[in-house]
Amino acid sequence: MIRFDRVTKRFPDGTVAVDELDLTAPTGKITVLVGPSGCGKTTSLRMVNRMIEPTSGAIYLDGTDTADLKAAEMRRGIGYVIQHAGLFPHRTIVENIGAVPTLLGWDKKRIQERSMELLERVGLDPSVARRYPSQLSGGQQQRVGVARALAADPPVMLMDEPFSAVDPVVREQLQDEFLRLQDELDKTIIFVTHDIDEAIKMGDQVAVLRVGGRLAQMADPAYLLTHPADDFVADFVGRDRGYRALSFQASPRLPLHSERTLLMGEATDRTDEWILVVDDEHRPQGWVEPSRLSGPVTEADLQRGGTVARASGSLRAALDAALSAPSRRGVIVDDSGELIGTVRAHEVLAAIEDADRPELQDDDQAGSPAPDPAAEHTPS
Amino acid sequence: MTWIQDNWTVIFPLGWSHAVLAGVPLVIGLILAIPLGWAARRWRRAYPVIVSTSGLLYTIPSLALFILMPLILGTQILDPVNVVAAMTVYTVALLVRTVADGLGSVPDHVQQAATAMGYGGLRRFLVVELPLAIPVIIAGLRVAAVSNVSIVSVASLIGVSQLGDLLVDGFNRNIPGELLLGIAACLALALVFDVVITAVGRALTPWTRTARA
Amino acid sequence: MIQSIIEWLLSPESWTGSSGIATRLWEHLLYSAIVVVLACVIAIPLGLYIGHAGRANWAVTLANSARAVPTLGLLFAMTLVVGPMISSELAFVIPSIAVLVLLAIPPVLSGAYAGVASVDPAARDAARGVGMRPLQVLTRVEVPCALPLLLSGIRAATLQVIATATIAAYVGLGGLGRFLIDGLASGDYVRTAGGALLVAALALTVDGVLALVERYAVSPGLTGKDVGDTAVVASTT
Repeated sequence: MIRFDRVTKRFPDGTVAVDELDLTAPTGKITVLVGPSGCGKTTSLRMVNRMIEPTSGAIYLDGTDTADLKAAEMRRGIGYVIQHAGLFPHRTIVENIGAVPTLLGWDKKRIQERSMELLERVGLDPSVARRYPSQLSGGQQQRVGVARALAADPPVMLMDEPFSAVDPVVREQLQDEFLRLQDELDKTIIFVTHDIDEAIKMGDQVAVLRVGGRLAQMADPAYLLTHPADDFVADFVGRDRGYRALSFQASPRLPLHSERTLLMGEATDRTDEWILVVDDEHRPQGWVEPSRLSGPVTEADLQRGGTVARASGSLRAALDAALSAPSRRGVIVDDSGELIGTVRAHEVLAAIEDADRPELQDDDQAGSPAPDPAAEHTPS
Repeated sequence: MTWIQDNWTVIFPLGWSHAVLAGVPLVIGLILAIPLGWAARRWRRAYPVIVSTSGLLYTIPSLALFILMPLILGTQILDPVNVVAAMTVYTVALLVRTVADGLGSVPDHVQQAATAMGYGGLRRFLVVELPLAIPVIIAGLRVAAVSNVSIVSVASLIGVSQLGDLLVDGFNRNIPGELLLGIAACLALALVFDVVITAVGRALTPWTRTARA
Repeated sequence: MIQSIIEWLLSPESWTGSSGIATRLWEHLLYSAIVVVLACVIAIPLGLYIGHAGRANWAVTLANSARAVPTLGLLFAMTLVVGPMISSELAFVIPSIAVLVLLAIPPVLSGAYAGVASVDPAARDAARGVGMRPLQVLTRVEVPCALPLLLSGIRAATLQVIATATIAAYVGLGGLGRFLIDGLASGDYVRTAGGALLVAALALTVDGVLALVERYAVSPGLTGKDVGDTAVVASTT
């Protein structure tokens, strides 16, 4: 657990980057710090491993005041991932991954084994081991950055905009893979980003900071989307938040309709407007219009625009499946990808209306009981 | 110090020949370096060859190059042409790389925009790429000018007369005033070159000033 | 003419004796080595400090603008001022060495400074972040990353010293410059030109050796040279 206790950082030029921050990052969870530039999120992160020293207040790592620890030794026990990876350009990929174990004095063989293991764990080909950072793409470098942070298996990780310097497609891939990794590792993570979508995706809890380094709201993502504490948070959380909040609501028992299907390679004399095509294992492949078929169904006849939702997934996925299907019938599958039925948009909407929104909590961390009207309208 | 009062006017003829010996190679060197630098950019294979050859030429110590020039040119050892030729070699060696790198600093999108508008190869070079490389070339010229002024004084050792004569004579006859005057005159000349080159550079690149204002 | 120069260069008599080519070559190398080592001892720590701390940049500007002072003038002035203070035969050597060190400092200083200043801030940040102590950050990350610029500064300084040591023969320093200066004084063009060829050959050789040192001392990760095949790079994102 990482606990900020009334932490303030005032820089020599007088600017206050972080103002009396109280915050707890629970063990085994991802706590995201998000906010516009100048909100002190990176400064807060860097005070944890004392890259920046707080002006006042204290930060506790599992109950120990970090000010009582030796900075360099403490950092070896905290994984650190930064925006441009910050790999050492003169060292090979394995040497980069083995940086902390080397500082800790592990023997060479163990460092080598551990580095190679991590290389695969973060999804890199072992053949890149002897390369240098300049020979890797931005996304690959960022994976190496994550592997380097994990090398000595630290319980705590600090991640400063780790995925913002790569293109959106790679970013999404890295986010998904990291979440999968975190499922196995259960690290205590503080994650900084300026991107509210990333915050909502990555965070078990999200702390929204406002310019001047004050906490505006701290909540889990679903709560943040449904109950923004004030205009600033509402503004920052942005448009479509009602729709995005559905991501965090599991589908209740939706009224599924059985769907008549067609196997790949089969012909049909039916005249329905749209027919769902499945493969031998009953996995949905796409929709076809029988009137356009001139024989057995081939790959080229398939309309693949529709998304597929899992029955165990979110309401957002179910609604999207219905909206995106050309037949307007949303395809629902089980966890192994087998078709179990279809659902129509109005049925999902009915389910949404019946579902409970997260309750407003009276004691939410940043909710000020008597809000200061000036603060409420802080321009973003 | 009486020596200075009696003789300070000698700095004018000596300073003039110093300026010629250092300045003429600067102009010739620049004229030669532009096509060479362009070639180094144009053909990828030519770059390392041109840059490393010019690097090697720059490596040869000045006194040795002055002395070897008559062997190459067939001139007399006292002929000032030796110094002009040697200084031109140094200037070209220094500027080729500068010109190549300066042309390389022209942003890709500018070059592509120029091509898209229909500028042909040579025209695009003269109208777009070369002007945009001027700031880098000017910086290189300033370095070359300061270095030339300093090196030319060595030519006094092979008997080609310029401000270096004051240094040699001041040393040989133990006249500190003359020696100091020589050093000061060299520094002043280097400063004049620097000011002139900077002014020319500013005049040629009006856009760099409006951009900053 | 060229033939007699070649004859002079090849004849065994030219090479032997206390003023033969071998002795002069040795002197030239010795003086140059002493000077470069002294300049490095002074300029490298200073340059690393300035680049690391980002302070005292004026020292680099000062050193660079001092390059405008004509080396010949500096050499003569130092000999006139310092020479009489020393009574032994070192009166010729010490002023020359001092001037050569002064000339060698600016390139080494700016190489060390620019090298450290050019280190990717993210790499430096990461070095601290993974738990390196300040000295470890310097020796394990900053110096290796600064090496290309530092070594090219030392290379430039060495060539500058070899060239200026030749001229220093005029104020009495030994070395290959003796052939040039003494040859000019006695109108012996064969010896002068032969000496000039030796000086040029020495400079080119030293330059080549230092280029090799650079190639082997600098990590391939910094020079961007190919290490093995590059085909795998695109295989994963």
